[in-house]
Amino acid sequence: MRLHSNFVKIQSTQKSLKRFNKFLPLYLMFLPVALYYILFCYRPMYGLIIAFQNYEPSLGLLGSKWVGVEHFSRYINNYYFWRILKNTFKISLNSILFGFPAPIILALMFNEIKSQWFKRGVQTITYLPHFISIVIICGMIKNFTAETGFISDIFSFFGGEKQNLLNNPSYFVSIYIISDIWQSMGWGSIIYIAALSGVAPELYEAAIIDGAGKWKQLWHVTIPGIMPTIVIMFILRMGSVLGVGYEKIILLYSPTTYKTADVISTYIYREGLLGLNWSYSAAVGLFNSIINFTFLITFNKLSKKVSETSLW
Amino acid sequence: MQIKNSPQYVAFCIFNTIFMIFLSIIMLYPIIYVFVASVSDSTELMKHTGLLLKPLDFNLAAYKNVFKNPMILKGYCNTLQILVLGLTISMVITTLGAYVLSKNELPGKNAMMFFVVFTMFFSGGLIPTYLAVRSYGIYNTIWALVLPGAVNTYNLIVMRTSFQALPRDIEEAAVIDGAGELMILIRIILPLSLPVVSVIILFYAVGIWNSWFGAMIYLKDRIKFPLQLILREILIQGDTSNMTQSVGDFERNSVSESVKYAIIIVSTLPIMLIYPFIQKNFVKGVMIGAIKG
Repeated sequence: MRLHSNFVKIQSTQKSLKRFNKFLPLYLMFLPVALYYILFCYRPMYGLIIAFQNYEPSLGLLGSKWVGVEHFSRYINNYYFWRILKNTFKISLNSILFGFPAPIILALMFNEIKSQWFKRGVQTITYLPHFISIVIICGMIKNFTAETGFISDIFSFFGGEKQNLLNNPSYFVSIYIISDIWQSMGWGSIIYIAALSGVAPELYEAAIIDGAGKWKQLWHVTIPGIMPTIVIMFILRMGSVLGVGYEKIILLYSPTTYKTADVISTYIYREGLLGLNWSYSAAVGLFNSIINFTFLITFNKLSKKVSETSLW
Repeated sequence: MQIKNSPQYVAFCIFNTIFMIFLSIIMLYPIIYVFVASVSDSTELMKHTGLLLKPLDFNLAAYKNVFKNPMILKGYCNTLQILVLGLTISMVITTLGAYVLSKNELPGKNAMMFFVVFTMFFSGGLIPTYLAVRSYGIYNTIWALVLPGAVNTYNLIVMRTSFQALPRDIEEAAVIDGAGELMILIRIILPLSLPVVSVIILFYAVGIWNSWFGAMIYLKDRIKFPLQLILREILIQGDTSNMTQSVGDFERNSVSESVKYAIIIVSTLPIMLIYPFIQKNFVKGVMIGAIKG
C-alpha cells in the first residue's frame, strides 16, 4: 500500500519536473524582459514613496525623514497651484475638444473619396508631419511665429498686430493646439480608417434598400460601426487628461508665457530636475498620476454601463 | 443597383475634393517653406513678407555653414550609435517578451501579462524614474538613453498578437525535430512574422531618431549629445554662436536665418528620404494593431 502511494508521489513529482523543464526555456527567455520592467518601470513606482519623505540622495530611500502628506498640502496651497491646474485643463480640454474629433472627421472624409490614387496621395501627405521630430516642429513654429515669420504675416494680414506670437501668453494655447492637430491629424486618422473598413458592406446595402440617403447612412451605419473604436480611444485620451506632455511645452514656452503655458508636468520638471526638490515634485507627480488613473477607471466604468465597449 | 446621387452629395464630393487639396497644401507648405528658405539668402529672407515659393537669391551658404559645424556631425554620429544599440536592445526584449507571452499554455502567463500591461496605465513618473536611473550608475552614458523606455508595451502586444495568429503545426513539427524554444523563435516565428517585426523596428527607429528629452536630462557632456539635442540648442535656444564665428553682428543674424532652415533639412533628410518607401508598412502596422489589439 505504502509502496504504491510513494510510487504515485514520485510520479507526480516527476511530472511537475518534466513540466517545469518543458517551460524552463520560456521562463529563462522572459528573464531579460522581467528585468527591464522591474528596473525601469516598477522600481521607479516603488520610488514614489519619496513623495512621503524629505528625500536626500545622500541619505537614500530608507534614511530620509518621513513627512507624510506634507508635500501634498504644500502643493495644493502653493501660489501657482490653481494656475498650473487651470492651464493644464485649458490645454487638455481644448485639445480634446478640437483635436479628438479631427482625425475622425478626416477618416470619414477619406472614406468618401472615390479615386484611390487621390486618396492615397492625400493620406501620404497628411501622415508626413507625424514623423518630423518635435524639436524640429518647435523650431519651425518658433521661426514661423516670429515677427518676421509667415504665420505672423498671415495674422497681421487679417488685422492682428504684428508681433512675436509665441511670446504672447494669449496665443500660446492656440499655437500649441493648432500645431498639434497639424502634426497628428493625419496619422491619428489611420486607426479610424481601419475601423471604417471593418464595417460590413451588407449593412450599407440594407440601409440603401431601406431608402437611406448618405446622411442617414452615416448616422445609422457608419458611426455606430466605429463607435467602439471611438470610445476606446476616448477612454485612453481621458486617462491622460492631466498629463499634458512636457516635451513640446518645454520647447515652446518661456518665462513670459508661464502664465498660460506652465502646466503640471512642466512644473514637476522645473521643481524636480532644475530645482532639485525631489520629494515635492515626486508628490506632485503622484498626485497627478492618481487623478489620471481615477479618470481612466471612471470613464471605463461609465463606458461599460453605457455601451458594451470598455478597456477591460 | 443604380442609385442616383443626390445633388447635395455631389456638392459634398466637390467640397471634399477641394478640402483635401487645401489640406495637402497646409501639410506641405511649412516643409516647402523650410526647404526653399534653406537655399535662400539670409538677408533677403529677413526682409521678405508673404508667401515663399521660390528661393530668394539661391545660394548654398547655409549648407556650407552647417557642414562646417563639427557639433552637427558629432550629433549625427551619436544618434547613429544610439540608434543601433537602442534598436537592438528594444527589439530583443520586445521580441522575447512577445514570444513568451504568446504561449497560452505557459503557467503563470496571465500574471505575466498583467505585470507587463499594467505599466501602460501607471508609471512612477519623471522624478522617481530619473532617480532610479541615476542610482544604477548609468548617468551620462549611452545606457541611460537606451535602457529607460526601451520597450514600448503597445508594440509588444502587437507583436504578441501576430505571433499568436501563426499556425501551431509548424511549431509542433519543429519541436518533434528537437528544436529548442530559442531556435523556434529565430528560425521559424520571426521569418514568418517579418511584416509585423519590420514595422515595429521602424516604429522604434523613428522614436529613437527623434528623441531628445532623455539625452537632455541624462547627459552631461556635450560631446555625447544626439542630433536632436544639438538642434534644440540651435533652433530653440537660438544659440548659433559657434556657427557664425567670424561674422559681423547683422551678418551674424542673417546668416543664422537660413542656416536654421538648412539644419532642419539636414537632420530630417534621412526620414524624408525613406518615408515614401516605409510609409506603406507603417500604415499596415497600425492597422494590424488596431484591428487585432
